[in-house]
Amino acid sequence: MAKTLLEFEKPIVELEEKLVEMRNLSSTLNIDEEIRVIEEKVKMLKETVYKDLTRWQRVQLARHPERPYTLDYIYLMTHDFIELHGDRKYKDDKAIVGGFAKIDEFNVMIIGHQKGRDTKSNVYRNFGMPNPEGYRKALRLMKLAEKFNIPIITFLDTPGAYPGIEAEERGQAEAIARNLLEMSLLKVPIIVVVIGEGASGGALGIGMGDRVLMLENTWYSVISPESCSSILWRSWDYKEQAAEALKLTSEDLLKLKVVDRVVAEPLGGAHKNHEEMALTLKSVLKEELSQLLKIKPEKLLENRIEKFGAMGEFNE
Amino acid sequence: MAWFKRAKKNIMDDTPRKDLPEGLWEKCPECEEIIHKRQLEANCWTCIKCSHHFRIGSEEYISVLLDKDSFREMDKKMRSADPLDFTDSKPYPARIKDSIKKSGLFDAVRTGTGKINGHPVALACMDFKFIGGSMGSVVGEKISRLVDKGIKDKIPVIIISQSGGARMMEGVLSLMQMAKTSTRLAKLSSLNIPYISIMTDPTTGGITASYAMLGDINLAEPGALIGFAGPRVIKQTIGRDLPPGFQTAEFILEHGFLDKVVHRKELRDTLSKLLDFMS
Repeated sequence: MAKTLLEFEKPIVELEEKLVEMRNLSSTLNIDEEIRVIEEKVKMLKETVYKDLTRWQRVQLARHPERPYTLDYIYLMTHDFIELHGDRKYKDDKAIVGGFAKIDEFNVMIIGHQKGRDTKSNVYRNFGMPNPEGYRKALRLMKLAEKFNIPIITFLDTPGAYPGIEAEERGQAEAIARNLLEMSLLKVPIIVVVIGEGASGGALGIGMGDRVLMLENTWYSVISPESCSSILWRSWDYKEQAAEALKLTSEDLLKLKVVDRVVAEPLGGAHKNHEEMALTLKSVLKEELSQLLKIKPEKLLENRIEKFGAMGEFNE
Repeated sequence: MAWFKRAKKNIMDDTPRKDLPEGLWEKCPECEEIIHKRQLEANCWTCIKCSHHFRIGSEEYISVLLDKDSFREMDKKMRSADPLDFTDSKPYPARIKDSIKKSGLFDAVRTGTGKINGHPVALACMDFKFIGGSMGSVVGEKISRLVDKGIKDKIPVIIISQSGGARMMEGVLSLMQMAKTSTRLAKLSSLNIPYISIMTDPTTGGITASYAMLGDINLAEPGALIGFAGPRVIKQTIGRDLPPGFQTAEFILEHGFLDKVVHRKELRDTLSKLLDFMS
């Protein structure tokens, strides 16, 4: 697959390519000093570029087509994964995947939005946009996990719940609402991780949990910057401003106390090193799991209701 | 030479005027019947000829549904903060201030207790005229407190929805109000206290995808637009026209997500009968 480069990644990659060329030459020529200089330059450039990313650039990183998706994480950090299909009511939604898996010694139920990597797989996955049956499948699997006392991990990565005629006919809104209600009552720990795009109700539909984590370069908000721009500015051209105004990055959400923890990504973003990202996330999840598993179910539910109850700001 | 020239222009205007001058008469936007305001009020703000339901606010719903003078408002003056320091064409605090001035309301929902044919209830009613009835932190908090009141006093909760969805200007905090209100309703439901949801025109987005669809009983007014995605977004996504009647209350009933579509004139009696069974 061809490399996708974001505008701000280009100068870095150009230098890196040059570096590779020079290293190839270095067996015949003595250019070690020049190589060292360029290496230094690449390092500095990376530090400056990735230190001050704008919110819109983070949105672009969150959508990077080479980012790891739910199934990538599952393959990289779990074993004995058994994918479970279908909502038992209508069909199997390919935009949400889930099943039993083991993270080292922990048995878990992992559920997440799933995007595709190319046109064909994206059509198959409906670009990670679930229909109601996706949310109902997720709920079925969560109830299954509860029945056998297995903690739940959900991965959020969707441009939104699918806005289609059939989705409305089958109750897209009801499916999401039902999940929110049922997830408040599940007696097993739920850990939510935003691994890419957290677009509104489509993301939240599997996003209620005891711990909500965000990878560093992801976004989570009530609306995408593009749609916000089209509604409030009446044009698609203000997406950068909308991204700024919406305060949708991991850093922002930590400040707003909507997420509990931000998980660092490899320098340049999760797509630069899938293995490293998965390894980091795996150790964070194990840590969170061992803490949550100590809490009694009644206390867990009480905390969960309190956690979401505390969200919001108003004046009296 | 102009002795025959028309002295006044536009005697015969091509476009019929939709609105009448401010005063005692209202024209039905459906059938163009002209109705006296008192008559309209006596008919619960529905057209005497075609039953079109005029959009009304919390003040009117309270008078339509509750026993006279029984409403005790809660958290009346709760107001929005500006957690994101949000500015689009104007700063969010200025927008709030304007909306308060224009609507005479403090936010998009009013909550309180009251009685329906003697049944004590906790009632929330949204107002579309306050920033499209959008849900931010204030709506989420007021609804949550209302549900808590229902839990504390063991009285049924009724929520009348009328909203375009979550409020953009509070970003992810608005989104989280869906989770917040749903957790409270989960608690209410686990205690077997009834919750009746009433959807009015329009009920879309994050409202439908949280408390509006979670009633033990889901009711709606005739013809109300109810859905998750807005019709314009769906049309853009699928690139074809939407079927007639799509996302109306009747359509939602047909697809199994409503218990009943109820004429506004019968709403009070329907609620009263349901409460007889459920409380």
